[in-house]
Amino acid sequence: MKRHLLSAADLSLEDATLVLDTAEELAQVSERTVKKLPTLRGRTVVNLFFEDSTRTKTSFELAAKRLSADVINFAAKGSSVSKGETLKDTALTLEAMGTDAVVIRHSWSGAPVNLARIIRGSVVNAGDGTHEHPTQALLDAFTMRQKLGRIEGLKVTIVGDILHSRVARSNVLLLKTLGADVTLVAPPTLLPTGVDAWPAEVSYDLDAVLPKSDVVMMLRVQRERMGAAYFPSVREYSRRYGLDVDRAAQLQDHTIVMHPGPMVRGMEIASEVADGPRSTIVDQVANGVSVRMAVLYLLLGGSESAIGSVE
Amino acid sequence: MTAVPNGARPVSGDPSAAKSVLDAPGLARVVDRMAHELLEKTGGGADVVLLGIPTRGTTIAQRLAARIAAFEGLTVPTGSLDVTLYRDDLQLKSPRALEATDVPGDGVDGKLVVLVDDVLFSGRTVRAALDALADLGRPRAVQLAVLVDRGHRELPIRADYVGKNIPTSLRETIHVQLTEHDGGDAVLLGPAKVAS
Repeated sequence: MKRHLLSAADLSLEDATLVLDTAEELAQVSERTVKKLPTLRGRTVVNLFFEDSTRTKTSFELAAKRLSADVINFAAKGSSVSKGETLKDTALTLEAMGTDAVVIRHSWSGAPVNLARIIRGSVVNAGDGTHEHPTQALLDAFTMRQKLGRIEGLKVTIVGDILHSRVARSNVLLLKTLGADVTLVAPPTLLPTGVDAWPAEVSYDLDAVLPKSDVVMMLRVQRERMGAAYFPSVREYSRRYGLDVDRAAQLQDHTIVMHPGPMVRGMEIASEVADGPRSTIVDQVANGVSVRMAVLYLLLGGSESAIGSVE
Repeated sequence: MTAVPNGARPVSGDPSAAKSVLDAPGLARVVDRMAHELLEKTGGGADVVLLGIPTRGTTIAQRLAARIAAFEGLTVPTGSLDVTLYRDDLQLKSPRALEATDVPGDGVDGKLVVLVDDVLFSGRTVRAALDALADLGRPRAVQLAVLVDRGHRELPIRADYVGKNIPTSLRETIHVQLTEHDGGDAVLLGPAKVAS
């Protein structure tokens, strides 16, 4: 029985479209005076965050609460984890308290898959190490469809630290399913080994790719995950791979600029571009709540899940 | 996913065994009468908002609005109200795809909301609609219009406007077919569903 969302690859075209369509209807709830639905009344969702996150945690919490689920926030800091408890024991403890779903963010790639093998409830991957972040890919796809009316055939350029980016990996997988053409642009040191096998083009020349793009997604350089130097200087990175005002002027009129956040203004993206009319950064955050509501509804709202993986 | 928005609804069981209880001209007359009744009971249709329950309820609401416009030249705000997320049987099935909720611009506060559906059966859909409506605002009053009332209520709910009362056994099925979805207008009374 399908019951988890661990990877963007878990979603078939039909599943992904169902999530996006459901999110579109649920988006109306955020505009009402009563921003609440009774759908998940009596269900308990645990936010299990082993890594810092403001945006994603708040977004999941709000999504669950808008569907009337009870939400327990569990941060690793100040918990029994800091006393040496393993992921498995933490999970079993939470399960013993009767939780229906666990939303997990962890710095280890694969932690959600391990969790899914242990507990009976649903597991939603809210970002695991440098591996995946499927709900981010879904909200990005939702934003593209909202702004450009379609996803199939779109030329999507993802720029920056592909090596450490779970957002990039999930986006490539989901956009492939939805029929978009993805190009990855990064310095060679920030591309993962085996990127040739990904369903995406690779380029080192941002200026050549930009005028052909319908969507430009800028990624943050994740310096907290870097032990060594991957590029000579911030200045040089910014000059070659940053989206500044001059580069943004090369874009087609309809092209949108996305960023999953948190962004470093002046490094991968100029403030003028981040706050400009093409930017969908604020829309992405708003859409995140709707998309996560859709995921929680489709996983937990019935007798069995409508989407996701078996594990 | 099992729901097919706007899709034709196949007649379950043996199609040849389904009996037509209302044909296209009959259905049109019924809608005309309901439109007249609605105007009469609401004192000319002032403040009325028609909210159809998808899929066929929405279509019937649009037809009622069109007839009211033809009779009195009055444009009645018309929309749709999806009740899926308010249903009491969500835990019994796999999650269903949502249908459109589209509330007319002026909202429902202080309005006379007429909920419109194709078939009134257990009353559970209408209960869900009343809950959904309460989250959208506070209407002055709520009424219910249904094309077919087939009986077997499980909740204390009744309709204000009934197109046709069709006494049925629980084993029988009622299919409302509308041109917009099914290629023709008819109400069919069929035998019990064959367990699939």
